[in-house]
Amino acid sequence: MKVEDKRDFTVVNHSVEKVDALALACGTARFTDDVDIRGLLTGRLLYSPHAHARIRRIDTAKARKVPGVLAVLTHEDLPRVRHTTAGQGYPEPSPYDTLALSEKARYVGDRVAAVAAETPEAAQEALDNIRVDYEVLPAVFDTMEAIKAGAPVIHDEADSKNIPDAKHNICAKFDFEVKQSEWFSEADVVVDRWYKTQWAQHCALEPHIVIVSFDEDGRLLIRTSTQVPFHARRITARVLRLPLKSIRVIKPRIGGGFGSKQEVLLEPVCAALALAARRPVKIELSRRETFVSSRTRHPFVIRLKTGARKDGTITDAHMEAYCDNGAYGAHSLTVMMCSGSHTLPMYQAKNTRFVGRSVYTNRPVGGAYRGFGATQGFFAWESQMDIMAGQLGLDPIEFRRKNYIRSGEGSPVFKAMGEGREGIEQKIGSCGMDECIAKGLAAIRWHEKKKLYKNQSGVKRRGLGCACMMQGSGIPEVDMAAASIKMNEDGSFNLHMGATDLGTGSDTVLAQIAAEVLGVGIKDVIVLSSDTDLTPFDVGAYASSTTFISGNAVKKAALKVREQILAVAARILDEKPEDIELAGGRAVGKSGRSCALSEVGNTSFYYHDQHQIMASASHVATSSPPPFAAHFAEVEVDTETGEVRVLDYAATVDCGTAINPALAEGQNDGAVLNGISYALTEEMLFSPAGAMLNPSFRGYKIFSAADAPPFKTILVPTYEADGPFGAKSVSEIGINGPQPAIANAIYDAVGVRLYEPPFTPEKVLGATLSETSESSLQTAVGRLPATEAAE
Amino acid sequence: MAKRGILEAVDGMIRIELRLNGERRELRVGAAESLLEALRREGLKGAKKGCDSGECGSCTVLLDGKPALACLLFAAQAHGREVLTIEGLGAPARPHPIQKAFVDAGAVQCGYCIPGMVLAAKALLDENPDPDEPAVRRALDGNLCRCTGYVKQVEAVRLAARRLRGKRP
Repeated sequence: MKVEDKRDFTVVNHSVEKVDALALACGTARFTDDVDIRGLLTGRLLYSPHAHARIRRIDTAKARKVPGVLAVLTHEDLPRVRHTTAGQGYPEPSPYDTLALSEKARYVGDRVAAVAAETPEAAQEALDNIRVDYEVLPAVFDTMEAIKAGAPVIHDEADSKNIPDAKHNICAKFDFEVKQSEWFSEADVVVDRWYKTQWAQHCALEPHIVIVSFDEDGRLLIRTSTQVPFHARRITARVLRLPLKSIRVIKPRIGGGFGSKQEVLLEPVCAALALAARRPVKIELSRRETFVSSRTRHPFVIRLKTGARKDGTITDAHMEAYCDNGAYGAHSLTVMMCSGSHTLPMYQAKNTRFVGRSVYTNRPVGGAYRGFGATQGFFAWESQMDIMAGQLGLDPIEFRRKNYIRSGEGSPVFKAMGEGREGIEQKIGSCGMDECIAKGLAAIRWHEKKKLYKNQSGVKRRGLGCACMMQGSGIPEVDMAAASIKMNEDGSFNLHMGATDLGTGSDTVLAQIAAEVLGVGIKDVIVLSSDTDLTPFDVGAYASSTTFISGNAVKKAALKVREQILAVAARILDEKPEDIELAGGRAVGKSGRSCALSEVGNTSFYYHDQHQIMASASHVATSSPPPFAAHFAEVEVDTETGEVRVLDYAATVDCGTAINPALAEGQNDGAVLNGISYALTEEMLFSPAGAMLNPSFRGYKIFSAADAPPFKTILVPTYEADGPFGAKSVSEIGINGPQPAIANAIYDAVGVRLYEPPFTPEKVLGATLSETSESSLQTAVGRLPATEAAE
Repeated sequence: MAKRGILEAVDGMIRIELRLNGERRELRVGAAESLLEALRREGLKGAKKGCDSGECGSCTVLLDGKPALACLLFAAQAHGREVLTIEGLGAPARPHPIQKAFVDAGAVQCGYCIPGMVLAAKALLDENPDPDEPAVRRALDGNLCRCTGYVKQVEAVRLAARRLRGKRP
């Protein structure tokens, strides 16, 4: 078998030690802030207290006179370059509607000025002395109100670009339909429901931070906590009208991102401060600033109108998705499209329609967040599946089994809906859904407990719920990753790549792929990643792409290096290259003769045909194989208090070959717990004037070790032919399950259907006590004229 | 070592004496400076700033052997006391068994919360060498992590406990 197709792995599919784990556990690994830079200034930002206001005038004279203040900037001091902060490939499929410092405030937390000073105290005093004369404008906070005629227009400037309908606050739209029969003509049961998801935040433990300094030649050195170093370089250069080559971006260790650091938020303004002050500057957001002024998970209002035949065949799938983007259009088109493109192919219907609108409101800005629209879409879809099963009198698991996509099948949605543009045609390769369901049912003891929980009558009642989902693996024919590998004379290798490890373990996983091809151990691969001067390009860490796309680039580069090694070894061993294998750090010939890789390295450096053994390779994917997952929740609902406790949770996932099973489990564990607290507690709350009311970990509750319910990840191995050594993605999918699985379990326990997470005691109790069986959301939203087009 | 409670100001800075990672040290700190800022200024970057308001635990150090939030303490409050940071516990060349257990259990993802969590675990295991799972979860309750779901971190602490018990039967 060729090395690229091998399945008897020595490094891949082993839980080898994460390459940076020991340094991290000992506190010696360096994050952005863990360096000492002489003369470093503190950069600080001034935020709008108003949700919607035009800035008549900003007076910075007093601020400039504060001792120790070296720079004060407003929009008047910066080039007027409309851009998007979304760190996407170029040209970005997000509207160019943002200025680094705003001339009009569009939410409480919009940035209007920046200062740099010798001390934090001086910086704060400077901010306190900036006088902004605001003309307060009417604001709009509701997604569906914002698109009505007569709503305040949030982006009314002529120089914004790619806003499809600024007058109606629509920052992205996408419609798609496949119709093989009259709508709902073959359906025995039609279910029409609305769902509404909440604002949430990533809560990476390391807040956004950037340090801009200068190298000896005066180039800008940007040390930043980013998921997208190459996009950060490009966008910073464009926003400040600097040559790209004058900027070097370095990503050190990153304290988590989950999508929040796919935004180029701080780099341009910090670079502008450094250039103005001619000194190095650090901007570090406080936790409060991170909540108020960074990025959020887009809340969605979703309508599903679906039809099915009595036998359980889904006939019609009509989906309307209204994505609340807040004040700016970051990721507006792509997140909105992914709410459909990742969900609609899951269950095949004859008639499929997607109507998507992303909407401006005077709220904090939506951005990329693990799950990326699919999370919101699957909450609606997997709730709807249970409602339909109930109306058809079918078992919810059997109903799903009858309809989900299988290996060898395609979907018109794959071709019609990509990320911000047309997608690609693809057929499902690996699909472990059958096994995911079987293993999950067994782990949670579904059938046994279902019998046990029939006819409950106590105060506390238990129930079970499930959810099935998929995601993608990178953005095909868009995302490019590159890697280069060079050999040292001791038989070790330097692996240089643009791929961005933000705590995910990609440095380790990618080194494992290289080591597998080169027949060495993980310790013989020295990783350097994410430095725009030193490593090849990579789009960065997003869209569940790194293992699949960067992994393929690394594998290709390693195969080229392997070929070069074989050529040298062939001469040493007097064998044909094709008869030589690399294993255990040696080149082993057919005859049994072998030599150490150090001999190959030494030969190439110092003896015969002297040359550096090295190669680089790039990869662009032509498919985006979905990982699949099935989640099972067991809950207990207190009918007197409305409290929901998760008693057990089984999360299965088919990610193809897990390159590093322990890291894959860890990724899924983190996604699942994030999903559980998103289902039960997490929510950004706002005052009537639009200010966030709970911008702290005290007010915005993410789960601690003691809060976390028992749950387990179960990896279901498959082999994806397009992936490196059979791998697909794993990082995002796990967050999509908990909201619907828990909603379905609550329904199973107490017969109450919840359409608006989080499922707080107030909401659960309110729904339990309500006289009507349906939530007010169904009648309140259903009347809106904006939805008439879909009737 | 100076008596606790007696502080001397020099040029607007306060002179404090403490045992820092096992060594007697004298530091000059600002009157309003937090212990976290002072430690980081001294080059001890292992304690992290995650919220600066005592809610996330990323800045956890051990103060006289007990977990303390360095972001909430004035540096001057460390006068006359013993402070242990992650750097004092072990280094990559000679990691403490708890650090090694976190690595071996796959409990380290981004690692930003890990120094604080390792020290919280140290305080627990010093008091209770054989904690059950709920005890481990309670001990880690003040250390938020967004990457791991805590599954492997709880495993790591129990693995460390087993290994440490094996060493001192």
